[in-house]
Amino acid sequence: MIEIKNLCKSFGAKQVLKNISSVFENGKTNLIIGQSGSGKTVLMNCLVGLLEPTTGEVLYDDRNFVSMSKKERTLLRREMGMIFQGAALFDSMTVMENVMFPLDMFSPGTLRDRRKRALFCLDRVNLIDAIDKYPGEISGGMQKRVAIARAIAMNPQYLFCDEPNSGLDPKTSLVIDKLIHEITQEFNTTTIINTHDMNSVMGIGEHILFIHQGRNEWEGTKEQVLTAGNEQLNSFIFASDLFRKVKNAELNNAQESK
Amino acid sequence: MIIHSYLTSLGKYVQLMGRTFSRPERFRMFFKQYVKEMAQLGVDSIGIVLLISFFIGAVICIQIKLNIQSAWMPHWTSGYVTREIMLLEFSSSIMCLILSGKVGSNIASELGTMRTTQQIDALEIMGVNSASFLILPKILGLVTMIPLLVVFSTVSGVVGAYATAYIGGIITPSDLTAGMQHDFTQWFLWMGIIKSLFFAFIIASVSSFYGYTVEGGSINVGKASTNAVVSSSMLILFSDMFLTQLLSA
Ligand SMILES: Nc1ncnc2c1ncn2[C@@H]1O[C@H](COP(=O)(O)OP(=O)(O)OP(=O)(O)O)[C@@H](O)[C@H]1O
Ligand SMILES: [Mg+2]
Repeated sequence: MIEIKNLCKSFGAKQVLKNISSVFENGKTNLIIGQSGSGKTVLMNCLVGLLEPTTGEVLYDDRNFVSMSKKERTLLRREMGMIFQGAALFDSMTVMENVMFPLDMFSPGTLRDRRKRALFCLDRVNLIDAIDKYPGEISGGMQKRVAIARAIAMNPQYLFCDEPNSGLDPKTSLVIDKLIHEITQEFNTTTIINTHDMNSVMGIGEHILFIHQGRNEWEGTKEQVLTAGNEQLNSFIFASDLFRKVKNAELNNAQESK
Repeated sequence: MIIHSYLTSLGKYVQLMGRTFSRPERFRMFFKQYVKEMAQLGVDSIGIVLLISFFIGAVICIQIKLNIQSAWMPHWTSGYVTREIMLLEFSSSIMCLILSGKVGSNIASELGTMRTTQQIDALEIMGVNSASFLILPKILGLVTMIPLLVVFSTVSGVVGAYATAYIGGIITPSDLTAGMQHDFTQWFLWMGIIKSLFFAFIIASVSSFYGYTVEGGSINVGKASTNAVVSSSMLILFSDMFLTQLLSA
């Protein structure tokens, strides 16, 4: 469980995050949604400590991350996995070496155990054929999947995904969403996903935090999201024609059945 | 203002070095990186060192023999001067200046690219001390390899000088040999090696600092790699002056 309390972040005079509080529970896929530039990436970077929040607290199962020493942070980070917006694979290593890396670094097991684990993770993301390729030789979607395999290699307690399916086709997106959802349930991880993909929202949005201009504008589940009365949220969701039609159809159905 | 920014950089550099010199988490991984860096920074530089030293050794010998040596000077002058220039200055300082261009830009652009593509962030998120993991093997790798490069450079310079004798016929081999053997001070070789250790540290750490602290995109990676070369060259020149005085005292 990750709890954020009154988180604020400014760059100089520019206030990007304004007093955000929320709770992300474990075993659930927590989505952070919002328009481009609303502060999703900044929020996630504050959570994992790549940026220092100006004020506010971040609690990892009641451990205060903001006030921790550097050493404690490094230790806590071994329980984290993160998938970056740009995959951030080590480009001097092959796919296999990328996934082996956290294991080589921290796993106490023998080489055979570690290889087995890496292969298992790569199998989860369907990349067994590509293990000897370098990141430069595989497609963007494959890179994202390698990043997922690397992030889950150490069985993280906390999984962060910054736009895991931006730039992917709808079908691959679906596969990745499903994978992240399965992992979350299977290992009871606290998963936080940044996205502006409405398919993901409707697919795996067990807890949704909608950020608008750096504020926590709305919170709820995927069941509530279409019928929430929030004006900003509606303008975000129903920017897509498709969802407007879906909603109208649902309303019609409801009226007909009455 | 300029002083302020220099002091800020210096402070950041010292902080980064503090983070760099900490105990590696996994010695097996450290060793792997260490060997890789020795190959990439040291072994891959042997070619350029041999090539440049060969020609400089040859040219010094030609210059001294044709333009400086005259009848009242002893016959061993050219060989002696060539050897001492190689040992005292070229094989340590000048060679490191040249290496700062090759190795420094290599280090800065590699780390800078890793920074801009968030590979360094990825290391941090895994709980790896990225400074220590990336920079320490580079510094130690180059410091380990540099004495070897100094020796190679000196030898190649001497071979260059002999080439002018045997191939060019500028000087008789026996004169050259007499010069090469005249009044040899072993300490000069050690002096060159000691100096080069400092220079290797400067090249690797300063270039790593510029690369590691890149912000933004590819333009800044380019700038960092230029800054790395300029700063480490300046520092080598400055410290060369002090080190030479100190070691010759
Ligand atoms: N290092 C920084 N310095 C100054 N301003 C920044 C910095 N990083 C982000 N910002 C500002 O913070 C705001 C939020 O940026 P952020 O990257 O979090 O958006 P986002 O919600 O992730 O958008 P997207 O969906 O496009 O990724 C932007 O207005 C951006 O200009
Ligand atoms: Mg973003």
